[in-house]
Amino acid sequence: MSTIDNKLKAISNINTLQQRDQWVNHLHPLVKLLLTFIYIISVVSISKYNLSKMLVFAIYPFFCFNLADLNFRDAIYRMRLILPLVMVVGIFNPIFDRDIMLYIGGNVMANGEHVGGLAISAGVISMLTLMLKGVYAVLATYILIATTSIEEICYAMRKLHVPQILVLVILLINRYIYILGEEASRIMTAYKLRAPSQKGIHYKAWGPLVGQWLIRSMDRAETVYESMQLRGFNGEYRYVADQKTRATDVIYFMVWLAVFAVFRFTNVVELLGGLFV
Amino acid sequence: MEGDYVIMHMADALLAPAVAGTMYVASTGVAAYSIKKVKMENDPKKIPVMGVMGAFVFATQMLNFTIPGTGSSGHLCGGMMLSALLGPWAGFLTMIGVLLVQCLMFADGGLLALGANVWNMAFYGCFIGSLLIWKPIMKKGATKGKIVGASILGCVLTLQLGAFSVVLETLASGITELPFSVFVATMQPIHLAIGFVEGLITSAVLVFIHEARPEMLWGVGGNDNLTSIDVADSKGKLTFKKTIGVLAIVAAIAAGIVSLFASAYPDGLEWSMEQVAGTSELEAAGGAYDVANNIQTATSILPDYAFKGSDSVLGTTTSGLVGGLVVVLLCVGVSLAFKFFKNNKKEANA
Repeated sequence: MSTIDNKLKAISNINTLQQRDQWVNHLHPLVKLLLTFIYIISVVSISKYNLSKMLVFAIYPFFCFNLADLNFRDAIYRMRLILPLVMVVGIFNPIFDRDIMLYIGGNVMANGEHVGGLAISAGVISMLTLMLKGVYAVLATYILIATTSIEEICYAMRKLHVPQILVLVILLINRYIYILGEEASRIMTAYKLRAPSQKGIHYKAWGPLVGQWLIRSMDRAETVYESMQLRGFNGEYRYVADQKTRATDVIYFMVWLAVFAVFRFTNVVELLGGLFV
Repeated sequence: MEGDYVIMHMADALLAPAVAGTMYVASTGVAAYSIKKVKMENDPKKIPVMGVMGAFVFATQMLNFTIPGTGSSGHLCGGMMLSALLGPWAGFLTMIGVLLVQCLMFADGGLLALGANVWNMAFYGCFIGSLLIWKPIMKKGATKGKIVGASILGCVLTLQLGAFSVVLETLASGITELPFSVFVATMQPIHLAIGFVEGLITSAVLVFIHEARPEMLWGVGGNDNLTSIDVADSKGKLTFKKTIGVLAIVAAIAAGIVSLFASAYPDGLEWSMEQVAGTSELEAAGGAYDVANNIQTATSILPDYAFKGSDSVLGTTTSGLVGGLVVVLLCVGVSLAFKFFKNNKKEANA
């Protein structure tokens, strides 16, 4: 299957997930958007050597993935594009930052020196926290987008006073992505049938192929505008009904907020460990 | 090369909240100004055109373009193309839309990094590319050669600036030990190639538009709305081979500009030289890092920045490790509990 078809499939997959009848899907979009933001800020602001605080934040994605019945494999598959840069940036930390931070096992001598045991350098710790940050942020975003449609997120953005024009453009892009994506797929198929055994579009066809398509799309925008006007569009996007904030929304929000605050400002992992050691 | 265009996408993890916030403020400011400008144009058709063009950019990113002479293929990012068609302000807003949808549909980029991504990809592409390069070059009307030159120069320069910003933002966030020099030396050449290819594709498309519907191009003839007047086409057509020659010169000039630009940051160079010299005390040195650190302390969104030797480091005690294990068990427990209840429910329903 071609990459275009894969992308289109990814779009329709995520749309299917958004339309499911799950408890998380029915939460107020503003609650989910804000929680995602707060979660990412909490995670990203953790110091690069504080691996134990990082660990405990795994609970949110774990909980939500189960609650919303999402598949970890799909989410991780999505990360293949965004994680390489994080990995490249992090992978050098162990090389440049070699101060020993932590010993596992071994004995401490009277003069404070360690003997034996496994020494772990600061660079390894900061690499691990960075990678966890990357994974957590993508997982949290995935939870948001797999349970909330773009229309709902736009609604939440309007509630946050994001300008109308921007929200409208986003909604229109969202509406036309699939249509133009399918067109791209048809164009590529037609091209491949006429130009066999070529990996991509020949340079001589770059201009005419994309250019004609662009002109067609511009004409389509004109038609879209006319039909929008015929239906009474005057620059305002109207929602059928205001989504009411229910008690569940508020409780869900407050509970997670409290959990994030505890995770962020106290070292839960060490406290938990202290109970057993 | 799909992965390549993603290199420009900042990830949430690479940004400290203070840096991400700064980039959000900067991008929001430009967006507010752009909205004002687009509203002043008072063209009701503009919104649908922006929407459809945004989706178009998205769709063209799915196409593969074969690069002559090599086995690989390139993609189109679109900032330069959009602003050549819609003007910088509408182009910028459309690019914000594209980046946001990318983030909301494919989890590319991330919510926190959106401000930085808008700046790195949309701001340079739309404003530097169109106002400083496209518009002055097209002042006296468009020709094929001028379009090709402007597109390549614009794409190369804006991608270089974007890549350089990625480096600065990452270093200012203090999450990597990668020396400035190494980071820059990796990012800039890759994006030189990507920018060149993108410029070629963009120019091919814009040249076609210029021939088919010249009135669609923005900013030609010094007037944002006037139809372009072709003056120099009588010289004869520029063939592809001739253009390549022109391009080589343009690329050389662009590379020169980039190196000038880089040396305009003595801070960073000094820093990288010290890194090479092997000074180990550089953890919190370096101009950009200090500035960001000051901002972080001043704004103190979450003023918790521990460095080596500070006390809140991962449990040097065993309790840290044991606690970590407890968290892992807790997560697995939650998963199993959910599965258990779900299965029970299914059975009850059946």
